[in-house]
Amino acid sequence: MTKNVTITPNIADPDGFYAKLINMHDGLIDEESAALNARLLLILANHIGDRAVLDEAMEMAAKS
Amino acid sequence: MFEDRYSLAFKLYPYEKSADQDAASPVRHPVVIMGGGPIGIATALDLGLQGIPVVVLDDHEGIGMGSRAICFAKRSLEIADRYGCGDPMLEKGVVWNVGKVFHKEGQVYEFNLLPEEGHKYPAFINLQQPYFEKFIVDRVREAQAAGAPIELRGKNRVDNITEFDDYVELAISTPDGDYKIKADWLIGADGAASPLRGMLGLDFQGRVFQDSFLIADIKMTADFPTERWFWFEPSHGSGASTLLHKQPDNTWRIDFQIGWDVDRKEEMKEENIRRRLDAMLGDVDYEMVWSSIYTFQCKRMDKFRHGRVLFAGDSAHQVSPFGARGANSGMQDVDNLGWKLGLVIKGDAPDSLLDSYSEERVYGAEENILNSTRATDFITPKSKASHIFRNAVLSLAGDYPFARPLVNSGRLSVPCTYDGLSLNGPDMLTGGPARTRVGSACPDAPLVDGFLLSQLGNGFQILTIDADALDSLIEDGVGAKQLKLSSADDPTGALAERYLGDATSAVYLIRPDQHVAARWDRFDETAVRAALRTACGKEA
Repeated sequence: MTKNVTITPNIADPDGFYAKLINMHDGLIDEESAALNARLLLILANHIGDRAVLDEAMEMAAKS
Repeated sequence: MFEDRYSLAFKLYPYEKSADQDAASPVRHPVVIMGGGPIGIATALDLGLQGIPVVVLDDHEGIGMGSRAICFAKRSLEIADRYGCGDPMLEKGVVWNVGKVFHKEGQVYEFNLLPEEGHKYPAFINLQQPYFEKFIVDRVREAQAAGAPIELRGKNRVDNITEFDDYVELAISTPDGDYKIKADWLIGADGAASPLRGMLGLDFQGRVFQDSFLIADIKMTADFPTERWFWFEPSHGSGASTLLHKQPDNTWRIDFQIGWDVDRKEEMKEENIRRRLDAMLGDVDYEMVWSSIYTFQCKRMDKFRHGRVLFAGDSAHQVSPFGARGANSGMQDVDNLGWKLGLVIKGDAPDSLLDSYSEERVYGAEENILNSTRATDFITPKSKASHIFRNAVLSLAGDYPFARPLVNSGRLSVPCTYDGLSLNGPDMLTGGPARTRVGSACPDAPLVDGFLLSQLGNGFQILTIDADALDSLIEDGVGAKQLKLSSADDPTGALAERYLGDATSAVYLIRPDQHVAARWDRFDETAVRAALRTACGKEA
């Protein structure tokens, strides 16, 4: 179990969200895709703000 | 001459010479259907049960071999039940609830569909398409014996059509030579490659996916569980993705994603199919029943009505197989078209009602194409970024439940809700559940004796729950009968949950295809009559 990060489904219309996420990358080369992902991650991280959440999420992503 | 393009699972309508072939001038029929697949035959059954004479022309003499469509969804079974052939499908079909998702060498997670209680039919069954078709033809034979004016003509191939203002003329080949007939209405249920669409020069637009799938049906005596197994990038090397599904008769269906640039002839060799099967199944005995290679497209026609010609099923729209939306959406076309064409032919509705068939089923096709395209993009990622995200989802889904709703190996086909379309009447039931809003297909519910849907359909109905109404009314030739229910008819509370919500009483106007046309909290004759007109394509 995680202490701070929500791991139960929390996004309404998951298919619509996922399709939009993937379609953002249409026509991008690898570096552009990676940069897009980095910008998106930074925006979301700032929105979350809570360092405990962010630290735990980073650990989760690193070990999966 | 007459070479079969495929071999038959069941020879059900052998060629017989029709009197039309010796007629001095072309005989005119109210409805002719091109294509004797499940959609053509079911349309004939719908019309025939209404007493409307209908002729089906098929260039074969029965049902083709091969499992093809294997997942039949609840709504298709409910439609078949309305036609009187749902029970044998349920009896023969396999019901499953547990699915497993694998990525590379390991299992990612397992799920149970936990179906909602209180429905006559399960969320879906697995059943080889030839059985599904045969049960419909069996029902046609029974209906014919009871006087339904349905004719199935085998080895009758339509070579040419000519359109006139109020009819279509068809030139037909048979083993006894050519003849012509006329049809007031022609229905194209002639499949994805639709010769009729070609004859009319109509467009079929959409996306072609650059991948091929190898299907194998095998018989196994080994005790495999009745579950759906989906592998992404299996490490056993059988393909880029693999799906294992149980069918009746100890038969299993396996789909291997094998890529775009494949040598079809080479891949279809038994030894090569066995190499993939052995890699996946390990050391088990099996017998090969049927195999095929397919590619797929997500396409649809711009409109499903072209004057006197209507298209239904794969001829009108084609989807990827993920999510079982091919035959299932075709059955919803039949359900939608049957009563509308019936009213138009009987003169009880304007022929513009048929435009609403196109409007509603194009809307349904769009929804199906969207869902099946999304599943396809997940299973066969179209870009490197898409592939990275897909594998990230799979790597998280084992430990973190949040990622599981993002795993998409096909979304279960559910009936389309016709939100905001032309035939919809008012939605005036305050506190009414969203799932029974105007435009939706009625969900089933258990009553004291049997199920709700068994009492709905075929004609318009006024379903009242703890409300008074007229027993019946007729508006401009179209009747509607009351189905009077109360809380005493609702032993489990499911009827109240699905049809009342926070309301204490409800009045629903329900179409012959069991879709909600309008709903209120109490009966108002003027409002019901107006909604009935709207639902028949007339000025309110």
